[in-house]
Amino acid sequence: MSKNIKLMQGNEAIAEGALIAGCDFFAGYPITPSSEVAEILSNKLPKIGKVFLQMEDEIAALGAVLGAALGGAKAITASSGPGISLKLEHIGYASMCEIPCVIINVMRGGPSTGLPTLPAQSDIMQARWGTHGDHAIIAITPSGVNESLYETIRAFNLAVKYRTPVMILTDEIIGHMREKVVIPDKNEVEIIDVKLPDVPPEKYNPYNFTSGKVTPLAPMGEGYRYHVTGLIHGETGFPSQKTDVIQNAENWLIDKIYKNIKDIEKFEEFQTGDADILIVAYGSTSRSARQAITMARAAGIKAGMFRPITIWPFPEEQISKLSKRIKKILVPEMNMGQVILEVQRNACGAEIYGLNIVNGEPITPDQIYAKIKEVSEL
Amino acid sequence: MSDRIEFRFSGSGGQGLILAGIILADAAAIYENKNAVQTQSYGPEARGGSSKSEVIISDAPIEYPKATKVDYMVSLTQESFNKYINDVKDDGIVIADKELVTDLSKAKGKLYMLDMVKSAREELGKLLGLNIIALGILVEISGAVSRDSIEKALMKRVPKGFEDYNKKALEIGFRLGKEIKNNK
Amino acid sequence: MIKTKFNYDYYLRKNTLPHIWCPGCGDGIILKALLRAIHKCGYPKDEVVITSGIGCASRLPGYVDFNTIHTTHGRALTFAIGIKMYKPKLKVITISGDGDALAIGGNHFIHAARRNIDMTLIVFNNYTYGMTGGQYSPTQPLDSYSTTTPFGNIESPFDVCNLAQAAGATWVGRSTSYHAVQLEKFMVNALNHTGFSVLDVITNCHISYGRRNKMKSPVDMVKYQKEKAIAARSAENMSAEELAGRFKTGVLFEKTDKPEFSSEYYKKLESIKTK
Repeated sequence: MSKNIKLMQGNEAIAEGALIAGCDFFAGYPITPSSEVAEILSNKLPKIGKVFLQMEDEIAALGAVLGAALGGAKAITASSGPGISLKLEHIGYASMCEIPCVIINVMRGGPSTGLPTLPAQSDIMQARWGTHGDHAIIAITPSGVNESLYETIRAFNLAVKYRTPVMILTDEIIGHMREKVVIPDKNEVEIIDVKLPDVPPEKYNPYNFTSGKVTPLAPMGEGYRYHVTGLIHGETGFPSQKTDVIQNAENWLIDKIYKNIKDIEKFEEFQTGDADILIVAYGSTSRSARQAITMARAAGIKAGMFRPITIWPFPEEQISKLSKRIKKILVPEMNMGQVILEVQRNACGAEIYGLNIVNGEPITPDQIYAKIKEVSEL
Repeated sequence: MSDRIEFRFSGSGGQGLILAGIILADAAAIYENKNAVQTQSYGPEARGGSSKSEVIISDAPIEYPKATKVDYMVSLTQESFNKYINDVKDDGIVIADKELVTDLSKAKGKLYMLDMVKSAREELGKLLGLNIIALGILVEISGAVSRDSIEKALMKRVPKGFEDYNKKALEIGFRLGKEIKNNK
Repeated sequence: MIKTKFNYDYYLRKNTLPHIWCPGCGDGIILKALLRAIHKCGYPKDEVVITSGIGCASRLPGYVDFNTIHTTHGRALTFAIGIKMYKPKLKVITISGDGDALAIGGNHFIHAARRNIDMTLIVFNNYTYGMTGGQYSPTQPLDSYSTTTPFGNIESPFDVCNLAQAAGATWVGRSTSYHAVQLEKFMVNALNHTGFSVLDVITNCHISYGRRNKMKSPVDMVKYQKEKAIAARSAENMSAEELAGRFKTGVLFEKTDKPEFSSEYYKKLESIKTK
């Protein structure tokens, strides 16, 4: 392998990852701190014969992405908090109609316009529950630039495989910082392609709620004529108000994600083996947590980290398992307490503490170390 | 983490400080195979305001990506000097321009006042390249990367036709940096 | 070109019928005209994409055997643009009501027109939000009544065609669900046009609109269409007073020299490649 190593920004790594994954289509609307993703793809996609569109608004951007995806495109959009708030309508549509797409949220401080140029992790619950109605979603929280590239490739794969929107949640720090990235060749990474169904058009149903297998989404214009609607629909795609169809359709949207959690989940454990204190940290905060753990260990405090990389579906089982052994858990987040709610829900009898800093600066190793010390003395 | 070196370029938007940081990080990460992270902070202004660009270089993996105990800081405006000097280490080195920074009441660390603007005006004929002079100074006094690596990294990012101009700016920086080393 | 004899059954998804439209609604007439027009144009079913938003009219795609996308409220054009840009060979048609196209979807309407992207938008313009019970829409005439203008409408309505033309659409026309033959002809024109074509179709909703505006029956409403429609050519010599309360029908605007977006995009790609 000829190592192609480059110094690049997180946003650049996302664009690079998308290209390696075989992205055919980007539509977006400019917003800080995600605009570099659009700028880079506006340069690179046309050069390989693919489509870049800057739409009239955030909603239109995801609408265009979904239109292209129904045509068989691997499609992506990138935005940040205020833009994601607008996109929620179409995130729900993508969930309901099972249309694969990748949505990047380079998180900034909120609510509302908030802090356009400063980082936060306050859209974690929005990613899970933002759009109305029951649904499941996949969301991924890379902790650095290199991981942003590889997780973007994985996001495309999961989107196609499970016919679902997949969100990547980075933040202003990761999006804008520059770090070393090892760029893989296409043949070095797994890439799941959009395929035609293996049944002829007359036998094709665009949905299947009961077999447990995800039906491939036939690209429109290839002989498979079907109907797509955001109304509750049966397996043929046409609207239905039959109680059993409704229940099956709803169950399926949740089950196809949660029953495949082993395939979708991804996490890292760092020095958890003998730990007395468990830090649950993700994204850019996990970097500081790792440094703080080294500081704590040097001071004789046995701390370790559990780092969800797939944040949704939440790694409930792992938290539950670890909490049986480690009785103190600290959850540092650049928000007022979001992932801690999931930890509280899943940890068995552990004492759970939050460290919530939302001042526009990333949480520092010193801050986490101080909290570890405080918690260890309680 | 003792080998972690933290650099901070501070000034105002449009002075090319982010680019200077990128070049330094590139030299360390790509040409010397070290770990390097470059970050920046900026306000809503595309030009003006105060901005900073930080580079951390280390042999070990870099976790926290921002500078908190600054080893080397260069400052090209009074406002950024005042705003960003606070977390310079007690034995950290601060380089400021004699013309651009005049109020030294907030000074911290070891302060060196240099003729960056004057040198640029006299030797380059214009102020464009002040960022590269600053880069040359920091490379020279820190020794974090070699002259050869920084030159390669610089040439990769410089627009065609401006290679010599930038090389000259870098040389001015090396020279000014050497003067500090000799004065130490 | 499909040479076979026209047959509605070939184009209808009969398993999805009956449709949801009220007896006497004009939407069925427009649907039938659309199927005849598509047949005349000769597009293979696999190459036609129909997108729609939310509302009575937007249920149309479910009933017809093409690639059909019933999207979110107001956003049908955004999906249409996405699939058209990715697969420019496809024939893309968007069905939208007046509220869908001009209120919640107004931004997408003007920007699709500005880009002059090759697709046809058919606005089912019945002056009301029929599906939600007859609230006033952005095309509802002044002084008329709805469930949310119980004292009469004081908001000036949009003229769909003027708006489309001003925003940059390159084929603009208007007909009614009463003028079924003309309607089909205009649909053929709009579909054959290269660029963004907008056909404003005045249609009748006696249940939600007519009932509150002294047009209780479908017949009253069809009479309204017949009497108030004035051919654009005849309108040229008429005074403002004579035209008050009437609407022009015809091909109101056509322009063939404005670049079309999807072909311009792919031309640009070619020019990048050769560099």
